[in-house]
Amino acid sequence: MPTLTGADWSAIRLTLELAAVSTAVLLLLGTPLAWWLACTRSRWKGVVGAVVALPLVLPPTVIGFYLLVAMGPNGPLGRLTEALGLGLLPFSFAGLVVGSVVYSLPFVVQPLANAFEAIGRRPLEVAATLRAGPWDRFFNVALPLARPGFVTAIILGFAHTVGEFGVVLMIGGNIPDKTRVVSVAIYDHVEALEYAQAHWLSGGMLVFSFVVLLTLYGRRRGNVGGGVG
Amino acid sequence: MAEHPLASGASTAIAASPVATAATGATPAGTPGSPLPAAGIEARFAVDYAGFRLDVDLRLPGRGVTALFGHSGSGKTTLLRCVAGLEPAARGRLVVNGECWQDDARGIQVPTHRRELGYVFQEASLFPHLSVRRNLEFGLRRIPAAARRVQLEHAVALLGIEALLERMPDRLSGGERQRVGMARALLTSPRILLMDEPLAALDHRRKQEILPYLERLHDELDIPVLYVSHSPDEVVRLADHVVMLGEGKVMAAGELHATMARLDLPTAFTEDAGVVIDGTVAAHDDHYHLTRLDFPGGAVWVQRQAVELGRRLRFRIHARDVSLADHRVEGSSIQNLLPAIVEEVVGADTPAHVLVKMDAGGTPLLARITRRAAEQLVLRPGRRMWAQIKSVALLG
Repeated sequence: MPTLTGADWSAIRLTLELAAVSTAVLLLLGTPLAWWLACTRSRWKGVVGAVVALPLVLPPTVIGFYLLVAMGPNGPLGRLTEALGLGLLPFSFAGLVVGSVVYSLPFVVQPLANAFEAIGRRPLEVAATLRAGPWDRFFNVALPLARPGFVTAIILGFAHTVGEFGVVLMIGGNIPDKTRVVSVAIYDHVEALEYAQAHWLSGGMLVFSFVVLLTLYGRRRGNVGGGVG
Repeated sequence: MAEHPLASGASTAIAASPVATAATGATPAGTPGSPLPAAGIEARFAVDYAGFRLDVDLRLPGRGVTALFGHSGSGKTTLLRCVAGLEPAARGRLVVNGECWQDDARGIQVPTHRRELGYVFQEASLFPHLSVRRNLEFGLRRIPAAARRVQLEHAVALLGIEALLERMPDRLSGGERQRVGMARALLTSPRILLMDEPLAALDHRRKQEILPYLERLHDELDIPVLYVSHSPDEVVRLADHVVMLGEGKVMAAGELHATMARLDLPTAFTEDAGVVIDGTVAAHDDHYHLTRLDFPGGAVWVQRQAVELGRRLRFRIHARDVSLADHRVEGSSIQNLLPAIVEEVVGADTPAHVLVKMDAGGTPLLARITRRAAEQLVLRPGRRMWAQIKSVALLG
C-alpha cells in the first residue's frame, strides 16, 4: 500500500498496542468490579454503577480534561506518579492507557456484570455444597460460566479503545511513535488535505469495526443465553 | 472497593471459629454403623424475612430418611438451606451426629463448603460447562483421598448412569440429570444427605423411574437423609420419620407410622387419610397367587409379589378402605380381617363421616365410616372391633 507512510504504520501499531494493553488492564480491574456489582447488596451499588457508566454519556473532552488535570503536576494522580518516580503521565503511552481504561470501562464492566448476574446464585451454592471455597467457586464455576460475557467484554473493550479520539487528543496530544494513534492520524491527514491516506486509514477502521461487530452479533445469534442455568 | 469482591458473593463466608474448624477437621472417617456418642441431629433455627418467619427446634434421628413435609411456603426448603448453611441470616444451633456446624451463642458458623453434606437441588443444577463425569468428579476431587468412602464406580452403578458419563448435561433428560445430581452429592461421602424435592420437576413417569433409586439409597446409606417434599406419596414411600411444617413452625414430628395415624393433623382431614405399615413377606400362596405380609398385631394377604421371603414391604391402608364390624364376619369377600381396639373417634373431612383410630396389636389403624354407623355400633374407646380391610396399597 504505497499511500500509507511509515508514520501511518507506526500509528496503526501504536493503536493496536494501546488497545491490547488497555483491554488487559480493563479485564484485571473490570472483573472484580463487575463481580462486586453483580453480587453486592450494598447501597453503593447504584452509585458505582452510575460512575462506571459515565463515559457512555460524557463527551470524551470532559473525561480528557479531568484526566489531564488529575494527572498533571498539581493533580492527585500526578503527585502520586511523581512521588513514585514515574514522572508525569500526560503525553505518554502510559497516560493514554489510563485514559483508555477510564473511557472503555463500561464496555468491559457491563457485559461482565450482566454475565455474572445471569449465572445466578444457584451454581455457586451447588459448588459450595460440593466443598468449593469462595476462590474455588469464582475460578472454577463463575469464570467459566461467564465466558460469553468475557468474549463480549474483550471485543468491545478492544474495539472501543481502537476508536478513541477525544480523550487521546486531550491527554496524549499528537506525538509520533508515542501517542499518535490512527484516529488522530486521520484527523491530521484531513487537516493537511491528504485525502488518499485519510481514506486508507478510515476505510481500514470501518472494515475493522464492522468485522468486530459482525463477530459479536453472529456469536450472539448462535449462542442465545450463553447456556447458563 | 475496601471489601474484597469475593466476600460479598460468598453467601456463607463467615469465618469459622477455631472450635468449629477443629470439630470438622479432626473427625475420623467413622466406621459405618458404629453408634456415635452423640448420634442424631439437633436443629434449632430462627430466620426472619419480610412476611415469613421460620422458627423450629428439632431433634431428628441420626440415620434413616426424615421427610420435611408441608405445603409450599411452609418453610421446608428454608429449613434445609439452613442446615446446609445457605441462609446466612439464620440464627440458631445445628449439631449433626456430634459435629457442631452452627452455634451462634458460641459464634460458630461453619461455611457451607466445610460442612460434610451432600445437597440435591430441586432442578439438578448440574454445571452446564462440565461433562457428567467432570460434574461427578467436582465434589469428589475436593475431598481428601482418605475421606472418600464412596467410589465413582459405586455411585455410578447405584444410580444407573454408566452410559451417561461422557455426555454434557444439556443432552440428558430431567430424570437422568437428577440421578447425576444425586450421584454427585454422594461422591463427597457426606455425613448427611439433603434433598430438596428431587422429584418435583419431573413428570409421573420420570418419578417412577427415580423412586427405585431413592429406595436403594435409603437401603444402602448409613447416613441421615433430610428429604423435602410436599407429596404424601413420596413421604409414605421413602420416609422413616416425618416433620410436618406449616407457616414456618413444626406442626408434628415423629416416626412415620405413628405420625401418619395421628388424628390431630391436617393430613387426617383428607380423603387420603390412612396408615403406613411395614410388613415382612411371610408366605406365598402360589395356588391363589397371594402373598402374606406379617406385621406386629396381624397379617394381610395381597396379590402375589415377586420378592423373597423375609423382605420388608411397606404398604398403606387408607381409612376409606377399612370398614368395621362388632364380630368376625364370615361369609364375606373381605378376607383381610384384623382385631383392633378403638382408641379415638373424631370428625372426618365431611359431616357425614368420622375417623376411627384403632390399635391392632401395636399397629395403628384408621377407619373412615359414616357417623350413623359409628353411633349404631356404639364406638367408644376401649371397644373391641374387627377391622375389615378392602384394599391394601403396596408402596414400592
